[in-house]
Amino acid sequence: MNARLRWRKLVSNFMLTMTGVCAFVSVAVLFFILGYLLFNGGTSINWAFFTQLPKPVGEVGGGMANAIVGSAKLLLAASLLGVPIGFLGGIYLAEFSGAKVASVVRYAADLLNGVPSIVIGIFAYAMVVQPFKHFSTLAGAFALGLMMIPITLRSTEEFLNGVPRMLREGAMALGASKWKTISTVIVPAAYRGILTAILLALARVAGETAPLLFTAFGNRFWSQGWAQPTASLPVMIFTYAVSPYEDWHRQAWAAGLVLLGLILIINILARTILSRGIAVPRS
Amino acid sequence: MPSAGPVTGSRSFLAKLRDGDEIARLVTFVFAATVVLITVLLVYELWINSTLPRHKFGLHFFVTQVWDPVMDEFGALPFVYGTLVTSAVALMIAVPLGIGASIFLAELAPPRISDTLQFFIDLLAAVPSVIYGLLGVFIVVPLIRTVIYPAINKPLGSLPIFKGPSYGVGFLTAGIVLAIMVIPYIISVSREVLLSVPRDQREAALALGSTRWESTWKVVVPFARTGIMGSIFLALARALGETMAVTMVIGNTPKIAASLFAPGYSIAAVIANEFTEATGELYTQSLIALGLVLFLLTFVLNGLARLLIVVTTQKGSGVSA
Repeated sequence: MNARLRWRKLVSNFMLTMTGVCAFVSVAVLFFILGYLLFNGGTSINWAFFTQLPKPVGEVGGGMANAIVGSAKLLLAASLLGVPIGFLGGIYLAEFSGAKVASVVRYAADLLNGVPSIVIGIFAYAMVVQPFKHFSTLAGAFALGLMMIPITLRSTEEFLNGVPRMLREGAMALGASKWKTISTVIVPAAYRGILTAILLALARVAGETAPLLFTAFGNRFWSQGWAQPTASLPVMIFTYAVSPYEDWHRQAWAAGLVLLGLILIINILARTILSRGIAVPRS
Repeated sequence: MPSAGPVTGSRSFLAKLRDGDEIARLVTFVFAATVVLITVLLVYELWINSTLPRHKFGLHFFVTQVWDPVMDEFGALPFVYGTLVTSAVALMIAVPLGIGASIFLAELAPPRISDTLQFFIDLLAAVPSVIYGLLGVFIVVPLIRTVIYPAINKPLGSLPIFKGPSYGVGFLTAGIVLAIMVIPYIISVSREVLLSVPRDQREAALALGSTRWESTWKVVVPFARTGIMGSIFLALARALGETMAVTMVIGNTPKIAASLFAPGYSIAAVIANEFTEATGELYTQSLIALGLVLFLLTFVLNGLARLLIVVTTQKGSGVSA
């Protein structure tokens, strides 16, 4: 009996230690990725990377200035599409809609959220590239914007619903109309949460590559405008990493470091905004 | 128009209009409806743009092994096979690791440590797939070729799944990279589900004399089983649809091979690689048909996952109340 108990305790301790090992390994991956990128990217990054255009194939040197600007343009235009739809749609769900309509919209958003990014790319191709017969910055932004909608929408709704009833009733008791209440009391009370969600959505699409392959395409020069194809950091990382050139690999590491750094900073920033803000109590 | 909210019911329409309520309702409604419209349009475009292969190949599309753009012959089998095999390998690695880690986070670690680790896991989930691909190309591929392949092929090379040469790229490599990518999803959701298991379940098991592990493995985990299954489906949906990381390490060869070391291809990877250079209507539409298949697969899995997770977390809150 005693031996059996000792055995059971041994098993218990062993298995519990193993779960700790699992957790440790999983988290260690993050630090391994960071460390490896810092090492490889840090040694390959230089001023030219930020300021120069890519050199012709085979020539050593050059940078990704056009891809950095291209990514910024894509993200700007994507936000202009995704944020208003997600934010205002979220307000409708939380404040105006009946249960039935809300469940339909919610369902559509969840479905959109689960669509593989490459399929979003096909959709953007069919909607924007095909009619205009041209790869373009706008087509890429369209694809990325679509991917921002579900996150923004669901989070806006959630944070608006989290605003305490008393605030709402207080404003209405003072004679404010519903819209006045929403725009001057409820949205300001929830703005930290919503801002966090928008930043997280932005961070998510910033690293998306697949939907850009056949929408924004790529460009080894400065993009000639919104209706022209543009380079972007994620696509550059892809093309450079699978290329056979040593110097391109070096630049892929540099681009990877810049991209991941950017995304992690946005993520940490967003989470800090949320945790330091007024806690939104659940009603 | 949707039904009016309870608050605005008694005021006259003109008054509401003056305050902007009706305008605001209408404007926000238009944006909410846009979301539905986009989703419907997405399905419609996929369907309408894959008419040709649907009519020409029908269900044969799924059992044909030939992918020959020159002869206009398109079969999805090698890609479906590659997608399923890589995802299966990924789950075999990610599920034990992910569930183990989530047990540690939910049951053992003090809240502060658990929250800190979860924060890192969330960051891990935010790492873009192209970065995983980059690390896959330069770390996992050489590792497979120089360490893992010799170690496995020598003793087990006679087994069909470990047979043949290795080029570094292939099903196993893609599966490993995918596993690393989906572990954060399994951990986050499973942890949430495990945390929703009521305290009294644990306490009852411990009071009956079970060890800490026995209460966890025989009581808490079975209680959360459906939700954990949900997290696995979610991870599977991610793995099936993942494009960049797989494209960079799978080898891009439309062949069906039993060996995990052999190069292959996946649905998402072939779309990524060939879409821009697809000439001819049938070629492009066959790729879009593959996209439709991918969409349907993830659609079903995501729906199932959400259902399982909701059922479990509600069960937890129902009992503890």
